[in-house]
Order: sequence, then structure tokens, then C-alpha cells
Amino acid sequence: MNYLRTVWLHLEKELRLEFRSRDALMGMLFFTLLVVVVFSLAFDPTSQPTLARQIAGGLLWVGLLFASTTALNQSWSREMRNGVLDAQRMSPSPPSALFLGKALANFLFVTIVEVVLAPIFFIFFNLHILGQASMLLALLPLGTWAIVVNGTFFAALGLRARSRELLLPLILFPIALPALLAMISAATGILTGETEPQSGLRILGIYDTVYTTVSLLLFETILSAE
Amino acid sequence: MQAAVLTNVTKLYGRFAALKSFSVTLEAGAVYLVLGENGAGKSTLLRLLAGLSLPTRGTLTVLDGPANRQQRRVAYMSHATMLYDELTAMENLTYYTKLRKSAGDCACMGSPEMALRAVGLDPHLNKPVSQYSQGMRQRVSLARVLSADPEMLLLDEPFSNLDVHSVAQMLDLLKDFRTWPLANGHPRTIVLTTHQAELAMPLADHVLRIQAGEFVSMEATQTA
Repeated sequence: MNYLRTVWLHLEKELRLEFRSRDALMGMLFFTLLVVVVFSLAFDPTSQPTLARQIAGGLLWVGLLFASTTALNQSWSREMRNGVLDAQRMSPSPPSALFLGKALANFLFVTIVEVVLAPIFFIFFNLHILGQASMLLALLPLGTWAIVVNGTFFAALGLRARSRELLLPLILFPIALPALLAMISAATGILTGETEPQSGLRILGIYDTVYTTVSLLLFETILSAE
Repeated sequence: MQAAVLTNVTKLYGRFAALKSFSVTLEAGAVYLVLGENGAGKSTLLRLLAGLSLPTRGTLTVLDGPANRQQRRVAYMSHATMLYDELTAMENLTYYTKLRKSAGDCACMGSPEMALRAVGLDPHLNKPVSQYSQGMRQRVSLARVLSADPEMLLLDEPFSNLDVHSVAQMLDLLKDFRTWPLANGHPRTIVLTTHQAELAMPLADHVLRIQAGEFVSMEATQTA
């Protein structure tokens, strides 16, 4: 119970910081909007609805993955400012609670971007769901968590590196690749109705469980590194 | 009772030795003033005591245990304010205080409001810390460590951005702090570094001098 209270404390602080600065949300929103507009101009999806349905899942997730790296880096930069990270290291609360609070906050931010972006995406790409639309309710949280849990962990890993903005995508993208392929396959399955999205969702479930456990176990080592 | 024991502690940053075979014993309940030039190793010593750095060689115990396992009993104020710029002073302190509290703690422990009043700040000031002056941030930073109610207080240059009047207020507060009783009955220890030695001298029981990472001397002051 005490652990959950600490996670909530960190989450509440993250939400308050973001509410005051709006750095992460605005950056992600504008980036993903640009991706949607640029790709809709490049592919002219309204004249090729079948092609649009086949590539839309990929575009959406790749855009979100790229956009989230900016927010993930920023969420840890706040801890570096004014030596706040040292105060966190001196706190008697469990380090994994800080990680979980931050990951949950990032999850909420990316979800907000998805909620804003989804209708725009559907309009620009003239999309109609031909598969099981209800599966989106499982795909969106599982896919988003796959991005943020690894992203939050690896952003913390590169925190003290000189070129951490470059380091995060270099580490994150290859590691996120299995999850990304599963997200794209499931999203394409839902949009086109040609394949079942369940296998992609199962892979995402396993991926999320493994990486969440590993991140929670290893975070203390990363935080206490000098 | 000993607050900290360092035995042949060496701290290397790459090839640079910030502390070299440093041995010293700090008694509990005393105030130590650490003096030395820039780069002498004062901040490194405080970071080791805080458990934020580990010795490269040698042994270090703080309050009879490993330094990095004393988070509930040690508080550290560094050059940096350790505050979130976007939050108000009260929000910062409330956050840190709640993080330190565990289920069985007394509700009276470490009141952020009292700590802010003690350093002469209005707890209801509804401005983010980024809009505070350097001196005000320094006070909030002191309030942060005081609200932690520590057995060992580590202060790195606590007077650096303060005017003479504020320094005098802070010294009075630290004198008071020494007398606040701890739940476990242990005495409180303060270790502070400053370049304004003449201001902090009335508070200090011992003066520890460091030069180029090496122990030079430890002398009792007239107040000891």
C-alpha cells in the first residue's frame, strides 16, 4: 500500500510538472501531427484506400515512437536540473516507484496524444475499420506501454551521457523493434480485417511483461550510478 | 558515539583523486566546519557522507552503517537547490516530505509549513521556485533539508547566495536545530562547508581543514 502511495506521489508530481510546462505534450502533438500531414500529402491516401489501410498502422506507431523519444528525454532532464536527481537518490522511498510513476505519466501523455491524433489520422487517411474495432482497446494501451516502459528506462540509462538525445533512439529503436512489428501487424489486422490481430497482441503482452519486470528490477542500479 | 568514520578513503574521478587516503572520525552531536580552497575535496567529502558517491578505496561508515543506506537519517543540501523549478516552495517540500514518510511516522514529523516559516518564507507564496531570487531558493533548499528532520545534516556552501542578515538568521536556525530532540534520542550532527569561515565559526565545534584532497588538521573551536 505504501509502495502504491509512493508511485502515486511521483505520478502526481509528474502530472503537475507537465501541466505547468506542457513541454512533453506539445512537442509530441506537433511532431505527430506533422507526420500525419506530411505522409498524407506524400501518399494521397484518399485515392488509394486499400494501400492507406495497409500502411496506416505502421505510420501511426512509427510516428508515435519517434515523438515519444522527445518526451521521454525531457521527463528525465527535469530530474537533472538543479540536482534534483541527487535528492531522489537520497530519498528512502523505493527507486522503482520513481520509475513506475514516471512511466505511468509518460503513458498518460502518449495516450492523450493518441486520443487527439486518432480522429485526425482517420480523417486524413480516409480510414474505415474493416476488422475487429474492439481490439483497438487492447492494442493502444499495450503498444503505448511497450514504447514508454522501455523509453523511460533507457532514457534514465543515458541520463548522464553527453549526447543523451541521440543515445535514446539508438538504444530504444532496435530494442523496440519486436514490439513495433507486433503493433504494426495487429493494427494492420484491425484496419484491413485480412489478418487476426490476436497474435500481435499476445507478443505485445509478453513483451510488456518482460520489459516491465526487467526495468523495475534494474532501475535502482541505474539510479545509484555515479 | 560516532556520526561518521572514514578510514583511508580515496575517491577517484577518472585519474583525478578528489580525496587521498583520507581518515577522520566525526563525533555525533557536534558541528563540523570543513574548510579548504576550491577543489580541495570538501564537496566530495560531503557527497561521500551523503551516500551519493562511494569510496574508490578505504572504508566509510555513517551512523554505524553504510553511507548509502542512511537516507532516513541523513539530509544533504548541495550547491544546486534540488528543487523543481515549476513547483512552488510548498509543493516541493510537501513532495519530499511525503516521500520520506512511512506508514508509522508521527504526523508532526517534518512539517513543510513550519520549515518554510523557520527560514523566513511565506508557505502560501503561490509562485513557482523559478521566479524566486537566488537567496530565496537557498532558503527553500535549507527548509527542504530541515523538514527531513535528519540526524546528520550536510550543508555544502549554505550561505553562498545570502546577505549578512540572512546568514545570521540561518545560523540562529541551525543553532536551534541542534537542540530539536530526535525520536531515537540521538544527538544531531552538522557538517558544513563554506568560504565564509568567519560567519560560521560561532556555530562550529570543530574545524576540519582539507587541502588537495588530503587531511590537514582537525581543531576544536572555542565554542566546543
